[in-house]
Amino acid sequence: MAMSQIKEDSNQTEVVKSESAVSVKNITKNYGDIEALRDMSLEFPRGQLTSLLGPSGCGKTTLLKIIAGLLEPSSGYVEVNGKSVTGPGPDRAFVFQDFALLPWATVLNNVAFGLEMRGVAKSERESIAEKYIGDVGLAGFENSYPHELSGGMRQRVGLARALSVDSDVLLMDEPFSAVDEQTRRKFQEDLLSLVQNENKTFLFVTHSIEEAVYVSDQIAILLPRPSRVSEIIRPSSFRGKGVDNIRRDPEYLDIVDDIWSSLRTYVE
Amino acid sequence: MISRANLLKVLSAFLLCGAWEIAGRIPVSYAFPTFLDSMRAFFEMIGNGVMLAAYKETLRPLVIGIVISAVLGIGLGLWVGLNNFFDWLFSPIFIVMQAAPLAALIPLLVLAYGIGLTSKVLVVCIMAMPVIVLNTSGAVRNTPESFKEMGKSFLASRTSVLLRIVIPAASPVIFAGLRLGVSAGFIGAILAELKITPTGVGDIITYSRSIADYPSMYAAIFSIILLAVLFLNLLEKIETILFKGNQRGYVSD
Ligand SMILES: Nc1ncnc2c1ncn2[C@@H]1O[C@H](COP(=O)(O)OP(=O)(O)OP(=O)(O)O)[C@@H](O)[C@H]1O
Ligand SMILES: [Mg+2]
Repeated sequence: MAMSQIKEDSNQTEVVKSESAVSVKNITKNYGDIEALRDMSLEFPRGQLTSLLGPSGCGKTTLLKIIAGLLEPSSGYVEVNGKSVTGPGPDRAFVFQDFALLPWATVLNNVAFGLEMRGVAKSERESIAEKYIGDVGLAGFENSYPHELSGGMRQRVGLARALSVDSDVLLMDEPFSAVDEQTRRKFQEDLLSLVQNENKTFLFVTHSIEEAVYVSDQIAILLPRPSRVSEIIRPSSFRGKGVDNIRRDPEYLDIVDDIWSSLRTYVE
Repeated sequence: MISRANLLKVLSAFLLCGAWEIAGRIPVSYAFPTFLDSMRAFFEMIGNGVMLAAYKETLRPLVIGIVISAVLGIGLGLWVGLNNFFDWLFSPIFIVMQAAPLAALIPLLVLAYGIGLTSKVLVVCIMAMPVIVLNTSGAVRNTPESFKEMGKSFLASRTSVLLRIVIPAASPVIFAGLRLGVSAGFIGAILAELKITPTGVGDIITYSRSIADYPSMYAAIFSIILLAVLFLNLLEKIETILFKGNQRGYVSD
């Protein structure tokens, strides 16, 4: 039943062949009796954005944490840039679903945390942190505490913290779930330009089909627990048409419909 | 500008003193002086230096005991909280210590350590330490997993996780333990002076009761309570300065 099918355009094969930044090989993860992931294999091409789309509780966070080196898989392994993952590393940064901000630290110190742990000097890390705080639209809130921010603002602090350490691979667990629709659309556009301008690899978890199709070079559809990859979709033709036209593009609309029809079987 | 919280504190102190005055005037008991009489005795003892001399005696075991309890208690608490084996080994001891009837243990302490400073310091420690250790270890064990994961994923070393995440996260509960421990330590210091040898404030209490000078007796009790309250407020100030964002508790959603 786990049918694997790869949709791609012929003119995109060149990109597809580019080596993977992250390879997930036959990962199984059990929590006691609960089998979260079963024999999952997935490639994340370098410099591209891959979305993980699947029903709640299917193991997306679990997979991201295994890639981050925060969880041990029960079997299988993960390679990042050809090296097997044994723990967290400077090549990966995590945006947490629950933000994980330190309540006793200011926005500035929260964003600078990763740099501080990497031994960056105070003045330097603060100027880097300030830049990214501005980038996510929180300029002026440097000295606020997390409890003084709205949910969406907290989420952006987590985003700035992950961006500031400048890792190759960004693991983003529903990074836009708590921002309003307008901000979300702006972030999606920013994300697209980030993917284009920086040679980073993005792993992006989302519940929104539209969002996944809009921002992704590759979409992995996951099955409910025990989770495997059911389908990989590579939207291709509308990427070059400019951000404003994507949502009207027939391929965009077709893919959204396709994904919905394959996911709705699990909802019903 | 007086903040609302401070205003309420003053108001509640005022109500308490008023109730005391009324209870003293009824009187509830011939051995219960009015608030004003007690205050008169209080300022008299401050004026003639009796109070100062008494506190010189009382503060020594109290301060030594509280410092030992705080340092050792937090240290032990961290150690016990971070290590399951030591938790298994030590937690029962502190639980028993906390539950033990101290008055019954004092004769044993005197037997072992005499009637000097050591015994009094020990009484303060036995009163103050268990709650500090138990609170610290419990708080450390309950550090939100997501904070620790965040630390690890941003490459924090074990020491950094402890210093930058575990201890700040545990600080509200550690400080709550310190506050309880300090209050218990004050009780311990007075108890030691009443049960071991009457010195300092304990001496004022014992002596003025024996000559039925109840205003002085209550003035001494009042002074120790006042000192405890002032000290607890100081502790609260230190906490807010050290961990500012913690005041509003945790944000998690
Ligand atoms: N620490 C844990 N202990 C036991 N079971 C767990 C643990 N973490 C996750 N699980 C289980 O593993 C499954 C996958 O969890 P995970 O958090 O990866 O889901 P998810 O796909 O991220 O869901 P959502 O979209 O709701 O965030 C869940 O069904 C959950 O019950
Ligand atoms: Mg999740």
